[in-house]
Amino acid sequence: MRRFSLISIPYLWLLALFLVPFIIVLKISLSDSALAIPPYTPTLDFSEGWAGIKAFWSELDMENFVFLTEDDLYWKAYLSSLNIAIVSTILTLLVGFPIAYAMARAPEEWRPTLLMLIILPFWTSFLIRVYSWMGILSQEGYLNQLLLSLGIISEPLVILNTNTAVYIGIVYTYLPFMILPIYAALEKLDGSLLEAAEDLGCSRTSAFWLVTVPLSKQGIIAGSFLVFIPTLGEFVIPSLLGGSKTLMIGKVLWEEFFSNRDWPVASAVAIILLLILVIPIILFQRNEQKQREAEG
Amino acid sequence: MALDEFAPWRDPNAKPIIHFQNVTKRFGDFVAIDDLTIDIYEQEFFALLGPSGCGKTTLMRMLAGFETPTEGTILLSGEDIGPIPPNKRAVNMMFQSYALFPHLSIWDNIAFGLRRDNMPKNEVGDRVEEMLRLTRMEKFARRKPHQVSGGQRQRVALARSLAKAPKLLLLDEPLGALDKKLRQDTQFELMDIQEKTGTTFVIVTHDQEEAMTVASRVAVMDHGKIVQVATPDAIYETPNSTYVADFIGDVNLIEGKAVAQDGEKVTIAWAEGQPDIIGTSDKPFSNGKTVHFAIRPEKIAIAAEKPDGAANTIQGKVLDIAYLGNISTYHVELANGHIIKAQAANNRRISRRSFTWEDQVWLSWTDTAGILLES
Amino acid sequence: MRRFTWFNATSITLGFAFLYMPMIILVIYSFNASKLVTVWAGFSTKWYGELLQDSAFLDAVWVTVKVAVMSSSLATILGTMAAYVMVRSGRFAGRTLFSGMIYAPLVMPEVITGLSLLLLFIGIGMDRGVFTIVLAHTTFAMCYVSVVVSSRLVSFDQSLEEAALDLGCSPWQAFRLVTLPIIAPAVISGWLLAFTLSLDDLVIASFTAGPSATTLPMKIWSSVRLGVSPKINALSTLMIAVVTIGVITASLISKRNAVRQKREEQAAARSA
Repeated sequence: MRRFSLISIPYLWLLALFLVPFIIVLKISLSDSALAIPPYTPTLDFSEGWAGIKAFWSELDMENFVFLTEDDLYWKAYLSSLNIAIVSTILTLLVGFPIAYAMARAPEEWRPTLLMLIILPFWTSFLIRVYSWMGILSQEGYLNQLLLSLGIISEPLVILNTNTAVYIGIVYTYLPFMILPIYAALEKLDGSLLEAAEDLGCSRTSAFWLVTVPLSKQGIIAGSFLVFIPTLGEFVIPSLLGGSKTLMIGKVLWEEFFSNRDWPVASAVAIILLLILVIPIILFQRNEQKQREAEG
Repeated sequence: MALDEFAPWRDPNAKPIIHFQNVTKRFGDFVAIDDLTIDIYEQEFFALLGPSGCGKTTLMRMLAGFETPTEGTILLSGEDIGPIPPNKRAVNMMFQSYALFPHLSIWDNIAFGLRRDNMPKNEVGDRVEEMLRLTRMEKFARRKPHQVSGGQRQRVALARSLAKAPKLLLLDEPLGALDKKLRQDTQFELMDIQEKTGTTFVIVTHDQEEAMTVASRVAVMDHGKIVQVATPDAIYETPNSTYVADFIGDVNLIEGKAVAQDGEKVTIAWAEGQPDIIGTSDKPFSNGKTVHFAIRPEKIAIAAEKPDGAANTIQGKVLDIAYLGNISTYHVELANGHIIKAQAANNRRISRRSFTWEDQVWLSWTDTAGILLES
Repeated sequence: MRRFTWFNATSITLGFAFLYMPMIILVIYSFNASKLVTVWAGFSTKWYGELLQDSAFLDAVWVTVKVAVMSSSLATILGTMAAYVMVRSGRFAGRTLFSGMIYAPLVMPEVITGLSLLLLFIGIGMDRGVFTIVLAHTTFAMCYVSVVVSSRLVSFDQSLEEAALDLGCSPWQAFRLVTLPIIAPAVISGWLLAFTLSLDDLVIASFTAGPSATTLPMKIWSSVRLGVSPKINALSTLMIAVVTIGVITASLISKRNAVRQKREEQAAARSA
């Protein structure tokens, strides 16, 4: 009996507040929009009994999804989200790997401090971390002031409200997600493997490519997914740092919902975003599984 | 002694493959290797034996190139290898942890070093197959290291380090991770492979039994210095110090004073009320000099009746019996409280043994059974 | 003894400069007298004064803290239960669905979580406000808590629990007297994580808050959409200060505990 209640409380909570809402989204994505509160039809009316349920089902259709395929705004938003997510994941990897590598090779007594300094920004407001770049990247911002005063440029660079600013924002905020799994993989790396590689004739560089990189592969994959997956649905960064031309699906969904108040289309956008996310999520899970097996 | 016996260290004309000349290695204030000079000859199976922290691993890592001497030079075939990085040395190492690359198959692990030398593909294949045959791992070539047993991993590590046909193979505690039975089997396999390939092996171990079994010569190390280098039997029978006598096998050490010497026979007085010990030494011991008498337990006979004709007889009481199956070790307490260990083969059933705990017994040994040590 | 190589020292220095520079600039310019944020016009604390007099901000802080305390506490209880179920309950009907529901919110884009909860609240006709934000935050934070706690539970030696049962504890007593004290650090860090997630959340709160409740991130959001403002800089500085002091205190405490434990172990080893 006790076991039953232990399981059922969190279970019911998640059913009611995760699964049911999700099914509602699915349902609304198949409904028609209407000028009403709530702004969609049909609504399920149990008072009409079986006929109500039948009427409800018969009015569901795919037309919102058809609409998404017809309006190229959505296609472009999905593609541009994918594009931005991929580019910024690669950039984060390029910035994060050397830091993770250096941390893993740092003197042992330094490592806890370094690790804490990597995690510390996690505890700071995400919004504020993104906001902090607005003052740096704006036309009269600190970066342009610095570059102008050093004489490197003569005209201020336009960075804020472009995709470049979005890349910088993503690399900045998601860097710890990349560093931590790579660091964990590199830190576990047995130093005698590198010595063995050298003993068998590798130079330092080839030992890095033949031993270090393959053995940190799972950390690299995990870090990349941890950056890629949330970036794909990112809303705050493109809204604050991106320009009107920066199309990302999270932003589109938000606008569809709050500005256009078209709930069925917003729900359809959400469903497709999830479908796109399913593949990387499954790949990520498989990678984690493999890692657990390799350790266990 | 047969003339064709393998003993290049006795040949004044033999050229050593490795020559350490006054090598010192310091880590900060800590002296790991202290002004050490030693020669190791081709085709030797050379064991570095000592407790942890004695410098044996540092010595090996200097040969592999992972440490450079603070002072002194190391010659490999007459060439100073100080400035040569590990990847350019004709020396390979078998790591204590085996250091098998977990992301590569066993085949690829063995081929790893060969590929670094840009060996043609078919030759790599032939050589890997040869190594797999040598270590009887043909069936497991496609597996990853974590898919084979500990003993098999050990053989892969050996195959990988031998694949490049190094002039010198270094083995760092190669059998430390194996259980006792497997370790004994593997010791003979190692000797076999060493003989087949004719490679010079240098093995680091803290297990004296292992060193005695496999090595042509054993160097006993302590605090960065080599205390004694000799063949296993010489190390056991004629240790040059109480440190070596105590480190190798079981020993009774009795401190006393030389009171008389007649030729090679030395009389040692060591305790009030106990008979003097008669020992043999070719070295002169001046009267009153402190000596250590070392004698192995198996060289002491134990009997219920006082034996006739033995050079040394001593009476005591059985305090403890450690029954080991084939032999038993008796701890015998003398009247002055001193405890002497004696070993006897169990060639009779236990029930027929003539003495047991608390019984008065007689210990005896000949005048050549023990040796006299100055320190 | 390992030392920093030239390459490693450089990449660590550059990496940390990149991570911390923006925040340091933010802090410095929060003391700028000028209204033009990017032009330095002397030291001043006037923006802090203005901030502390802005009742809308103070209300938002109060709402946020209330939501965070309630949701993180609820999430800690539910998340610990969920972790216990995941690690200890073995097989039961619907286990796959359960673990799916635990992990899915971790990777679900916030916009979708927010949207779906909003549609639920509207669908059942619930008035939106502090309560709905608490429900929403509890739901996604409990999943984070359960991941943190279950990783500790997995490494927990189950024979300790069995020993407690053997010595006459009821299962609940065994949990309260043995398991809970041992997994307490994980439960506490789960709570802290849930608390910060809630403090930090903009998207889900925007969806689930009705017109009656505004959290601090929502307030900041509506302000920064219009551009950089010195008042937000001052607010950010205060938030960064609180977090930094909190994290440093926590790490000092845990370090001191570790040192003490080590000392006690050494003393015990000596006396033995």
